Amino acid sequence: MELDSVILSRMLTSTTLAFHIIFATIGVGVPIMISIAEFMGIKRNDPHYILLARRWARGFTITVAVGVVTGTAIGLQLSMLWPAFMQVAGQVIALPLFMETFAFFFEAIFLGIYLYTWDRFKNKWIHWLLTIPVMIGSSASALFITTVNAFMNTPQGFELSDGKAVNIDPIAAMLNPATPPKVFHVLTTAYLTSALILAGITAFAILKKKGSEYHRKALRLTMVSALIFAFATALAGDISAKFLAEYQPEKLAAAEWHFETEKNADLIVFGTLDENNEVHNEIRIPGFLSFLAGNSFDKEVIGLNEIPEDERPPLWIHYLFDLMVSIGFYSIFISGLFILFWRWKKRDEWNKPLLWGIVASGPLAMLAIEFGWIYAEVGRQPWILRGYMKVADAATKADGVGLTFMMFVALYVLLGILCVVVLIKMFKNKPAEAELEQRFPKHTE
Amino acid sequence: MSLEILGITVLWIFLYGYLIVASIDFGAGFFAFYGRLKNKEHTLNVLISRYLSPVWEVTNVFFVFFFVGLVGFFPDAAYYYGTALLIPGSIAIILLAIRGSFYAFNNYGSKENIVYLFLYGATGLLIPASLSTAMTISEGGFLEVTDGTVKFLTAELFTSPYSWSVVVLSIVSVLFISAAFLTYYADRAGDMDSREVLRKFSLFWSPPTILASLLVFVGLMEHNNEHFMNALDIWWMFGLSLVSFFAASYLIYKRKKFGTAFIFVMLQFFFAFFGYGASHLPYILKPFITIESSVTNPAMGMALVIAFIAGLLLLIPSLILLMRLFLFDAEYVKGKK
Repeated sequence: MELDSVILSRMLTSTTLAFHIIFATIGVGVPIMISIAEFMGIKRNDPHYILLARRWARGFTITVAVGVVTGTAIGLQLSMLWPAFMQVAGQVIALPLFMETFAFFFEAIFLGIYLYTWDRFKNKWIHWLLTIPVMIGSSASALFITTVNAFMNTPQGFELSDGKAVNIDPIAAMLNPATPPKVFHVLTTAYLTSALILAGITAFAILKKKGSEYHRKALRLTMVSALIFAFATALAGDISAKFLAEYQPEKLAAAEWHFETEKNADLIVFGTLDENNEVHNEIRIPGFLSFLAGNSFDKEVIGLNEIPEDERPPLWIHYLFDLMVSIGFYSIFISGLFILFWRWKKRDEWNKPLLWGIVASGPLAMLAIEFGWIYAEVGRQPWILRGYMKVADAATKADGVGLTFMMFVALYVLLGILCVVVLIKMFKNKPAEAELEQRFPKHTE
Repeated sequence: MSLEILGITVLWIFLYGYLIVASIDFGAGFFAFYGRLKNKEHTLNVLISRYLSPVWEVTNVFFVFFFVGLVGFFPDAAYYYGTALLIPGSIAIILLAIRGSFYAFNNYGSKENIVYLFLYGATGLLIPASLSTAMTISEGGFLEVTDGTVKFLTAELFTSPYSWSVVVLSIVSVLFISAAFLTYYADRAGDMDSREVLRKFSLFWSPPTILASLLVFVGLMEHNNEHFMNALDIWWMFGLSLVSFFAASYLIYKRKKFGTAFIFVMLQFFFAFFGYGASHLPYILKPFITIESSVTNPAMGMALVIAFIAGLLLLIPSLILLMRLFLFDAEYVKGKK
């Protein structure tokens, strides 16, 4: 593989995005959890939950900072690495990009206020109310930026004449067919992943130090939230599959190694592919792909053979798709099991294997986010603007992409390591029990 | 007002907003590091962090706003600037990334880390220098287009007296704006120690600001005479800027009305910045992009303007709330909240 500026631009864009979405996902999901915890704390007059909200918020500031700076990076890289794309599409997607910045601005203002007014209002609910604009801001910016990505998958709202976009309808471009399923899926998975990461940290604390009442409450709260978000994620995934069958059949067919157009199509789980595109070692669920694509075994699913060879996505995305879905089911399983054990008094929900299972669910969920995005992005190759512009025609012609790539990799390694170090230090130096004692001295366990 | 004038005015307002808030932030980083070196951290640094902590994120958004808006209103700018600025732009992003995240690491995470504080302070001076490059390029003569490929003439930029005069001006202005604001903030906080240190900074950086501005004019006359002549046509804008500068320096020198002094500093840069912008037109990027040639399609332009107004209706009350809680709340400023 020759490292021309197209490949290098793709490498740099994917590195930046892969790094950014870790922080973006946390940025969208954690405010919801902070808000729930503070709400419970005020409602039940329970300092445990208030402290939970406080500590989550404190860690959140570090991840927000990294999210902000990497988000700025990808925002500028869009124009620097894909100038020809931005020259055409910039006209059509300027509105959601602009609105995303507004949402981010709104969030930034209220997050600043929230973090520095903990003890400032007599009425505790006023402080809690500040979480609402933060949640609206973070989720709305995810919504707007996702419409941009949706537009690249199912472009509409413009015509192309001599390489220029004309007859632009900004609203139609934003509300393209991919927008509803993508936004729903992005939001539910961000909430789910954040709940599982917080649950994983808590479970780890319990395993290491046996945990206090504070940790037990935290784990119950995050697990219940995770189960709800996991069901919502499953629903969003199902809607997305039906959307793909309808609008981007090549992406679904590549993910499922589905070559012949047929009714009653089988769902292929895992397996391997030989050079003749024959599937081996797979688990085959008869007729289920049709069911996934259209709620009926009679649904005809378009196969890859219908798609011109130079417009097919690579077939390795199958593994990513399967891993993403498996992790999704795992999160339902683990959170469901914990709640079952907790409610069914004969079982101990604090047993070690279960807790380790929860510890694993956090990083796994983040991996699923990465797999899902790589699947969604690579699944629309070779297009940057499906049906209009190929990736190879959009990349920059400037020299120095390789050097830029190395500079950014170094930056992300540095930020990644420091972020983890700072977060660990931050909480190790001040255990929850000590902080509880200090902030709420009257409270006794 | 035509759509393109409206568009560039909106963008220019945001860039001006960024110029002010970011200068305060960038300069504060430098002063904080200086304070640590001189062991004045107990007064100076507490004050700076009390101001910066709730607002640093907002500062960043002004910048994002500007470039997203630029791409929206003038998509051709994305093409030329995007291609040309790959390396200098990436360096600026990396500096911004280091600065933003290290601020958080230092302030919320492990306190007292001198390396974090050094990087935070040093980047505060390097970023204005690297961002001002984009402004210099817009004067023309630093890009070459052959067969549809945009090439950035690095050597030209590094040997141009004009480009260096802009760099000097950007760094000096950052320190002056920041010092003037922090003097006011220290005065409100009743922190006389810091106020005196910062007042000295303000006075120290005030003459170089005007000298550097004159240098930029000379550089511009050499580099882009057309722009220079346009600027002379609206000489009164620069005159008002100079008057505001003298008013600000006088008040700071006399230890009177530091708030009014800072408003004069803002006016000084307002007149200079808008005078510069107005005389720059009709070029956005000479000679490739003029304001008429590259403006976005009217439907999108209209949608952007509506989104902009709706956004302002949301943002202005929120910003006022932020300022009332942290900037104009005497108790908070004094560290009692």
